[in-house]
Amino acid sequence: MSSHSMKKYKIGGLAPLILVLSGLCLVPFFLRAYLVEVAMMYFIYIILAQSYRLIVTVHDWQLYHIVLYGVGAYTSGMLAKNLGVPVFVAIPLGGAMAGLVGMAITLPLLRTKGWGFYIATYGLAELIRLTWLKFRNPFGGSTGIIDIPWPPVIAGIDFSDRIPYYFFSLGVMLLVMLMLYRIEKSRIGDSFKAISMDPELAASTGINIPRHRLMACSIGGFFAGVAGGLLVHRLGAVDPKLFNITTTLYLLIWVVVGGTNTFWGPIIGVSVMHTLFELSRPLIEIRPMFFGLSMVLVLIFLPGGLEGLISKAITRLQKRDRVAPVET
Amino acid sequence: MPILEVEGLSKYFGGLAALNDVNLSIQEGEIRGIIGPNGAGKTTLFNVISGVYRPSSGQIRYQGKTRIDGLSSSRIAGMGVVRTFQRTALYHHFSVLKNVIVARHLHAKENIFRVISGLAKKTEEKNTEKALEIVEFMGLGHLKEELAENLPHGHQRALGVAIAIACEPKVLLLDEPLTGMTPTEKDRMIDLIRKVHQQGITILMVEHDMRSVMELCGYISVLDFGMLLVEGPPAEIQNNEMVINAYLGTEDILSASTSA
Repeated sequence: MSSHSMKKYKIGGLAPLILVLSGLCLVPFFLRAYLVEVAMMYFIYIILAQSYRLIVTVHDWQLYHIVLYGVGAYTSGMLAKNLGVPVFVAIPLGGAMAGLVGMAITLPLLRTKGWGFYIATYGLAELIRLTWLKFRNPFGGSTGIIDIPWPPVIAGIDFSDRIPYYFFSLGVMLLVMLMLYRIEKSRIGDSFKAISMDPELAASTGINIPRHRLMACSIGGFFAGVAGGLLVHRLGAVDPKLFNITTTLYLLIWVVVGGTNTFWGPIIGVSVMHTLFELSRPLIEIRPMFFGLSMVLVLIFLPGGLEGLISKAITRLQKRDRVAPVET
Repeated sequence: MPILEVEGLSKYFGGLAALNDVNLSIQEGEIRGIIGPNGAGKTTLFNVISGVYRPSSGQIRYQGKTRIDGLSSSRIAGMGVVRTFQRTALYHHFSVLKNVIVARHLHAKENIFRVISGLAKKTEEKNTEKALEIVEFMGLGHLKEELAENLPHGHQRALGVAIAIACEPKVLLLDEPLTGMTPTEKDRMIDLIRKVHQQGITILMVEHDMRSVMELCGYISVLDFGMLLVEGPPAEIQNNEMVINAYLGTEDILSASTSA
């Protein structure tokens, strides 16, 4: 490839990003209120799906991610409500708690892998969720916790308002994406992938597999907890239903449909599937069937997810482009 | 001074003794050949030394008195005892260079905070440089951007050794490095093993190709039914009555290949 066409593709890669970003900055001023709320949910779900993918790169499809999202929500909400911790401090603390719980759950399960691990993670996740349900004090039982403090006014901007909170959650999402992207592109991200490709080889080069699995689960857990904090201070309330197995299934659907091979897969998954979710509100009764089916169809016909489809299309386009300059 | 000592090493799978009271003493800087018929316990020996299996009994001492038996694979690799695999073990979806970069794990000393803050980039440049050096050293320079899965077999095996070298081992365990190679590929690999040895790395090598073993190794240990049958320099081994009997029917290969 000549340097000329290299440049072209680089700009081609950056331009859509700038376009999407400026679009995201304009969007809240033109959408009606409800849709701005929906947009915030996209940000939260993208954080969830992408942090989950980090763990999937080590091949640990754990089933407690949504519960860690809950741990973040409960921790952040309770810190703010009961101890008066400022909201913007409570959110990262919720993330830290979720990261710690993720580590604590994973530690005893490190001897298991594959199916044994997946099932055990679900068991421990349910244990935590049932704790919220069974203990009215301090978790509020099935009704959960209400009157969770709103974010404060900072420099004249009231973050409990819709549009400031939209920009706050957009900012958090971009920051999380940047951090996850750096991990993805780093040696640690490569070690994660190396472990899932050939654990025996990875261990033979000195990579400590249990430590890396633990690291992936707690980093992923941290970001899930941050997503939970973002949620709880927008809703002003939290209850155990938000974090049940249905939500876990939706997370799996986003990630599987989007694909996990590249960084962008989960974003595509959330964008497409949550849009379909919102559009299918009139069909609410058959919606779960449709979503289950879509996951199965993707698993059968598109094992790489939508991302695989897109990257195939791009390679085909580039090939066509690349042939042309050679001929001239 | 022996760099690696195996003493009374046994490994049982159920009632089967895959290794039975094996004693070895590997001198620093030698190339030791481990030969024996199929099922003699050669790969099991490597698996026990490299920490894949825990020995049923016995000791493995490294550099005098450090005991490494029962430690995890990654710990043992960290101490400088690194193995390759009989199968072609590679990260198939990584490029050649990336395979080696990832194998620099032990010398990278990376942590998550340096990664997230972007500080890691500078140190990674140095690692990439070192990895490139290793790739060139193994004669894979022209293929560095190629995906590992697309390489011809001979180059894949060389990459397997490159991954091990990237760990900067003091003792390198090569498990059938010449398996499935064409004669040209074999010659190239033998040269590579010599080059690696010249870097001051002690080598233990399991191999079925007798000509190469006789050519490369200064000393050979023969395993049979999990037991150490006999040890000695190549000239002694190839005329040893017991060895010939152990290889019953392959007598011709032993003599023919050395005269060729």
